[in-house]
Amino acid sequence: MKLIYEKSKPGRRASTLPRPDLPAADVPEELRRSSPPRLPEISEPELVRHFTALADRTFGVDTGFYPLGSCTMKHNPRVNERVVSLPGFRDLHPHQEEEGSQGALELMWRLQEILAEIAGLPAVSLQPAAGSQGELTGLMLMRAYYADRGEDEQRREIVIPDSAHGTNPASVTMAGYELVDVSTDRRGNVDLDELRAKVGPRTAGLMLTNPSTLGLFDEGIEEIARIFHGAGALMYYDGANLNAICGISRPGDFGFDIVHFNLHKTFSQPHGGGGPGGGPIAVRERLEPFLPVPAVVRDGDTFGLDYERPKSIGKVRGFCGPFGVFVRSYAYIRSFGPALREMSEAAVLNANYLLARLRDAYELPFDRLCMHEFVLSGRRLKREHGVSTLDVAKRLMDHGFHPPTIYFPLIVPEALMIEPTETETKETLDTFADAMLAIAREAAEEPELLKEAPHVRPVKRLDEVRAVKNPVVRYGFEEHEEPPGAPAEPRQLEAQKGA
Amino acid sequence: MSFLSLTEHDRGQMLETIGVDSVDELFEQIPTGVRLGRALALEPPLSEPELVVHLSELASRNVDTGREISFLGAGIYDHYVPAVVDAVLARGELLTAYTPYQPEMSQGMLQAIFEYQTAICELTGMDVSNASGYDGTTVAADACYMAKHATGRAKVVLAEALNPQVRQVVKTYAPGFGVEVVEVPHREGTTDPDELQAAARDAACVLFQQPNFLGCLEPAPDLAAAAAEEGALAVAHVDPVSLGVLEAPGAYGCSIAIGEGQAAGNYQSYGGPHYGFLAARSEFIRRMPGRISGETVDADGERGFVLTLQTREQHIRREKATSNITTNQTLLALAGLVHLSWLGPQGLREVGETCLALSRYAKERLAEAGFELAFPNKATFKEFAVRVGRPAKEAITSARHSGVHPGYALGRDYQGLDDALLVAVTEKRTTEEIDRLVEALAS
Repeated sequence: MKLIYEKSKPGRRASTLPRPDLPAADVPEELRRSSPPRLPEISEPELVRHFTALADRTFGVDTGFYPLGSCTMKHNPRVNERVVSLPGFRDLHPHQEEEGSQGALELMWRLQEILAEIAGLPAVSLQPAAGSQGELTGLMLMRAYYADRGEDEQRREIVIPDSAHGTNPASVTMAGYELVDVSTDRRGNVDLDELRAKVGPRTAGLMLTNPSTLGLFDEGIEEIARIFHGAGALMYYDGANLNAICGISRPGDFGFDIVHFNLHKTFSQPHGGGGPGGGPIAVRERLEPFLPVPAVVRDGDTFGLDYERPKSIGKVRGFCGPFGVFVRSYAYIRSFGPALREMSEAAVLNANYLLARLRDAYELPFDRLCMHEFVLSGRRLKREHGVSTLDVAKRLMDHGFHPPTIYFPLIVPEALMIEPTETETKETLDTFADAMLAIAREAAEEPELLKEAPHVRPVKRLDEVRAVKNPVVRYGFEEHEEPPGAPAEPRQLEAQKGA
Repeated sequence: MSFLSLTEHDRGQMLETIGVDSVDELFEQIPTGVRLGRALALEPPLSEPELVVHLSELASRNVDTGREISFLGAGIYDHYVPAVVDAVLARGELLTAYTPYQPEMSQGMLQAIFEYQTAICELTGMDVSNASGYDGTTVAADACYMAKHATGRAKVVLAEALNPQVRQVVKTYAPGFGVEVVEVPHREGTTDPDELQAAARDAACVLFQQPNFLGCLEPAPDLAAAAAEEGALAVAHVDPVSLGVLEAPGAYGCSIAIGEGQAAGNYQSYGGPHYGFLAARSEFIRRMPGRISGETVDADGERGFVLTLQTREQHIRREKATSNITTNQTLLALAGLVHLSWLGPQGLREVGETCLALSRYAKERLAEAGFELAFPNKATFKEFAVRVGRPAKEAITSARHSGVHPGYALGRDYQGLDDALLVAVTEKRTTEEIDRLVEALAS
């Protein structure tokens, strides 16, 4: 398929713009643009067709089943798109006076209250832009808290299990902390003996995803909390997997001091090809003074922004955060109310059903019931038939499914991490399970079918190594220019007419 | 619940297959001591029609830019968003996809990101762009992190005329990065290159904004040269809509160009979600944060696109990654690409020219009415600072009574500017509306 730049032709355009009858104003010559940006020159009909073709070559939750583990690819209700487009939200300037943005402020305040109840922690900041930024904000809060107590120099270490998302260790580095790894035991829980040995006066805190990336609730969570709080350290809850436990158990109740939410996962923000997301954090009282500014506050019937927080870490993002994301997630939560519990129950039921159907054909590294997702290993297929998890994933595409997350978590070889979410039907789960079982049979009988997959996508398997060795990350106008002197098409036509 | 798909019958069958008697059994791995044991204290569920009524009521208590004549800017602008942007973003395949980890499933999205990267490179005069950062503030922190590691220096210099929120975010990130932040004051609305150079000694980078937060055009080529003299990377924070008429940062020696993308293709949305763009010279490609789409070929030799240079990223490199970013702002960046494609080079220049012409008209009319420009000798683009002869907050309150929001009160962020308003004039404003602004401020 052509790039939009390859459809461009000088003189075409899609835009019509107001041109007020005013004398032209200019900028000083030394600051003036010297050569125009080569943006596409394209008419509106062609523009619409181009992006429609790109949509046709993209697979979303709207297209079909998307069991991408850890990403919670659930249905995105369309009413959320309708309400976020109300002019009162969509066209509201973030510097509008508080008196002129009462509806937006109230919505944020209400969302804070709801998230506090779900987390079991009293104070919320909606500001972080995504889960990773929520993590980083949480670590900044820890530093500010310890600095306030004169312990920042002493407490330098953050403990993270080896099953954690890569964002956790990356956030630790960006916050200026040191990483301490802890292993997973044979049941898939954090290894408590190792933990006891590693937690002490230098420990600032723990970062834990629970249920873990293995889809397992840590059965030792109460003991973990005793170990950290006994050492005077803080506990950070990575909310990536909160979809498993809404209304069933609350991170604040099992000992966590800071929690981030992934609004785009648990509370159904469309993922948009990579984002936007939302990463609000909820904290215990003693951490509230350090939250980012401004705080959204209520005073009787009016709502406002409070910048007077002298101990605040500052700002991690512009304004109050990704407001449009708040509107969608608020709408989503209000559609459920206390029945959010049913959402999590269905997510866990769907995952366990798929697990039950697949556990004999693929290896299950930890023989337990799962929560909202589970991890299988394709190790046996590799050993017996030379077929990798990557091949299984690519073959799933031929069956019309988006593959699961693969090769993560790192502690499971040939990992397949499957998260069906609560919005899928049993029929879809069955069709997917049938496909996975068929693929396991194909691995034995016709392994080439897997190794050459996918067969029915717009492209065959792509050469990722080549893209790294010779990075081409923008269109090369120069390389694609027509040779000088070659007459352009329209002119040729004119010449023919003239003849 | 309409978003759930299992029937009672399904549930029975599924429990049987799993080999448990109830859904509760599935949760037995959660210790009883940490179970909630009660219903969440949330308001009862709303049906879809009720939900729309409730949210419409909340929305109605906001005064959006359709309900008053708005000259508010200060980082977020009331530019026109074309209908094709809404149409493309409503395509469910694009809206509901996630990060294209599996390229064969996501060729359309990967190509769109590649086209976006190209557009940002063209706008900024840079070689490489990522797929987006969170917003115009966080990409500034990203640029500092890149510069720290590229130069091995632990100081960053910010022009005071850089957006205050951008400075605040950099300062929030700085302790974690282990960098010291130094600010250089503005002199009559712009940054002095000599002062900047003095501060840039031993600095990893220098950040300035063009046009700056006060609306003035910085002597950007001189600022970039001042940074280069001291071996610091020049980082320009630019307005994408200005780049049809203002020079590209790449053409005056910047190493990194960043900015808030909202003005190109995103609604104001009370501050987000929007996209931050980040582009750099090719030598910095392996220090870039975030996703990058790259060209390659498939097994048949056909062109295709993949996420590339992933060894920079957290899911591979963990604590040694160039950033912790995962979820980004691709959908908003896609809106940016559609918007810029709709404009084309000619449209982008026309928007810039219209902003210039209208804002000059506004300055002249305000001067005629007796108002003094805060920085009369400085060139501007679409925004300028004007003194209103009383506290700006008061002027805003009274102007809003006549249906005009006259702008942003600069005294919030700058000393000596308590009586100054920052007035933004986009291509959507008309001369009649500007006349209303002058009347509203004069009355």
